[in-house]
Amino acid sequence: MSKIVLKKQLSNDVYLMKLACPLIAEERKAGQFVILQLNNEYGERIPLTIADANEQEGTITIIFQVVGKTTTDLAHMNEGDEITTVVGPLGNPTHIENFGTVVCVGGGIGVAPMHPIAKAFKEAGNHVITIIGARTKDLIILEDEMKEIADELIVCTDDGSYGRKALVTEPLKEICERDPQPNRVIAIGPPIMMKFCSETTRPYKVYTEVSLNTIMVDVTGMCGGCRVNVGDEVKFVCVDGPEFDGHKVDFDNMMARLNSYKDIEQEKHECNLDKQAKAKQSS
Amino acid sequence: MSHKTLEELHKDAQKVFNELKQNADSLKPKDRIKIPAQEMPAQDPVERATNLEEVALGYTPIQAMVEAMRCIQCKNKPCITGCPVQIDIPRFIDEVAKGDFQAAINVIKENSLLPAICGRVCPQETQCQEVCTLGKSLKDVDKAVAIGRLERFVADWEREQGKIVPPKVKPDTGKKVAIVGSGPAGLVVAADVRREGHAVTIFEAFHKMGGVMVYGIPEFRLPNSIVDTEISTLKAMGVEFKTNFVVGRTRKLTDLMKKDGFDAVFVGTGAGLPMFMGIEGENLVGVFSANEYLTRANLMRAFDREQSDTPIYKSKRVAVLGGGNVAMDSARMAKRLGAEEVFVVYRRTEKEMPARVEEVAHAKEEGIVFHFLNNAKRIIGNEKGRVNAMECLKYELGEPDASGRRRPVVIEGSEFILDVDTVIVAIGNNSNPLIAQTTPEIETNKWGNIVVDDTQKTKADRVFAGGDIVLGAATVILAMGEGRRAAESINKLLAG
Ligand SMILES: Cc1cc2nc3c(=O)[nH]c(=O)nc-3n(C[C@H](O)[C@H](O)[C@H](O)COP(=O)(O)OP(=O)(O)OC[C@H]3O[C@@H](n4cnc5c(N)ncnc54)[C@H](O)[C@@H]3O)c2cc1C
Ligand code: SF4
Ligand code: FES
Repeated sequence: MSKIVLKKQLSNDVYLMKLACPLIAEERKAGQFVILQLNNEYGERIPLTIADANEQEGTITIIFQVVGKTTTDLAHMNEGDEITTVVGPLGNPTHIENFGTVVCVGGGIGVAPMHPIAKAFKEAGNHVITIIGARTKDLIILEDEMKEIADELIVCTDDGSYGRKALVTEPLKEICERDPQPNRVIAIGPPIMMKFCSETTRPYKVYTEVSLNTIMVDVTGMCGGCRVNVGDEVKFVCVDGPEFDGHKVDFDNMMARLNSYKDIEQEKHECNLDKQAKAKQSS
Repeated sequence: MSHKTLEELHKDAQKVFNELKQNADSLKPKDRIKIPAQEMPAQDPVERATNLEEVALGYTPIQAMVEAMRCIQCKNKPCITGCPVQIDIPRFIDEVAKGDFQAAINVIKENSLLPAICGRVCPQETQCQEVCTLGKSLKDVDKAVAIGRLERFVADWEREQGKIVPPKVKPDTGKKVAIVGSGPAGLVVAADVRREGHAVTIFEAFHKMGGVMVYGIPEFRLPNSIVDTEISTLKAMGVEFKTNFVVGRTRKLTDLMKKDGFDAVFVGTGAGLPMFMGIEGENLVGVFSANEYLTRANLMRAFDREQSDTPIYKSKRVAVLGGGNVAMDSARMAKRLGAEEVFVVYRRTEKEMPARVEEVAHAKEEGIVFHFLNNAKRIIGNEKGRVNAMECLKYELGEPDASGRRRPVVIEGSEFILDVDTVIVAIGNNSNPLIAQTTPEIETNKWGNIVVDDTQKTKADRVFAGGDIVLGAATVILAMGEGRRAAESINKLLAG
């Protein structure tokens, strides 16, 4: 059981919550995630990155976008409510070291997990360039927090409603063309964004780390549901990841696997809407 | 095959019983040998293929007594040596024959802690029943005394009477033991260590206790309520449970001792690391490890499509790769989830299948189709990256290998296509690496199994291990046996 000690709406469908999880707060490092489940009988287990933690308070921060059943239900919960299951910290921490210049690319909700990583890179002595992007102005999150850390901050929106009108790959490409080149890129965001960031840096041979968020069930390496092709190897994201060399990840297969249950979820969603509509009519 | 209902089987047994009753005390072996072997009552095959309820219904008391009378109480009692925990089988069977079920369960409990579970899932036909003298004289292992069914009967009898008394716990010693993993190995250590008065906490990664018994073995073979009874007994003894706790991540194993003050640790984290075939197309959408498929269906309750938030793939035609219990469970679960056709594809022949004979028989009755001497070559996907066929190869049996089983050899050019939309890989499990990776003091062998000495102690100070993490994917009873040995060592360590 973990109590929600703080809830904040960051944008239309993005929420921040602080959860009381003292053990996780004590052990966690940048890049790790938790599994969350709202009901121990019928609930699903979903992975969420730990965006921040406070060891003294014994809290962790999660930031999530409402996309499915569990995130919808979670968004309806309030401060003081208890979450049945929070497991973590899971996955391997991000490899932090003084590489020189590091570019941190965060897309949409991916800016949340990027924040502690950018902070750790900065603390390790790197020159940190941060690119954050979203579809539109309302969806840009943590800009101020990122500004505090980054040596350079570039904000882009797809529709040009804020910052530069561009996809994150445009400034990324420009930075790769600089002399000297950046020493490392780390990209976190929707799979398609991570795929194109990796394609952008490939010709420049700049090592690009991506953080994968696949379907997960047990998160102890027991089920293999989270497996991805990395080079000629099959890796389990929950225990071998979540971060991998973006130049080696088979993103197309990963995206197909992420959509394994789209049809079922869609049907169920419509079915639920139907039920609600009927309930409304009869009341 | 005609299906006899429970009532019919009971009536038949009653008739036999009435005849035997008169001279029950003077039965000679040659009379006993003639008593008909009692069939296990089961749910109707057509009906059960659409529900999750337990398939085998259990003997009636009369059936149990008749079956028990078949035992000739032979002198050398090979069944006891065949049992991995040496239950005094003839003695408990004799009590059943006399109708003293309480005495019977007491005998079993001298050696085994989980009889209701073992009676259901032990591979008796390769243990106690394989060597049974009666089966040998009748030249058919299926005609051996049905020891497992009798064990199940008395354990169920005790539970249904509400007669389970939690074992006595000695006064608190002030010592603390941590147990990692709540499978059969962990549960048994908990009981045996707690009895000595030590405080015991079980740490479990999942939100429910029971290990493979709740996430892997399906409800239709081992109802969760049976496992829950064992858990409640532990609770009544004062064992503490910490679910959602991944040792190695939430807390390093050594920190349990350094920071949290545990005096000893037992690692029973199981074999959960699914093996894949390493063939083309294995990451297509629609290919699952048996562990994933069964965890979704059992633990996450995806069988209940209405209520569960965890989805399960919709399949029409399913291929299951493998020949063990895990393969049988996956195939039968797929059928229950609505698949029209389910194929088990196995490299060797039926004789070599490691699955329990009863499960294979049940699977056949439920309409599962077996492709023996076949194996997958590659899995073929459509433009959306989803499975739409599997290419197979035919095999023949060649020379025996190191294990004595004849090795399957591929027949060149024998490729054929099996039209399927789902593939479940059930070819085995390696050891879960998480603890070993995060606890360098522990030594593992080349398969990733934790190395222990004959007291179950690992190379790390005060850390013991047992069950599948030591043996590789094995059985409930072997996990239990290792657990008992580890508990004895821990109790010795803490007493000194
Ligand atoms: C589908 C299936 C069918 C089977 N059928 C049979 C059968 O018919 N008969 C039979 O005898 N055997 C059968 N087996 C095998 C049997 O279930 C196992 O041999 C037995 O359960 C092993 O027990 P264990 O205690 O070693 O581990 P497990 O039962 O595997 O339990 C290990 C537990 O540890 C937990 N864990 C793992 N890592 C951590 C961690 N880091 N921190 C905290 N907790 C952790 C896991 O979540 C799990 O709950 C079957 C297995 C499967 C998968
Ligand atoms: S071997 Fe068979 S016949 Fe002999 S004592 Fe054991 S169960 Fe009875
Ligand atoms: S989530 Fe099951 S192995 Fe990774």
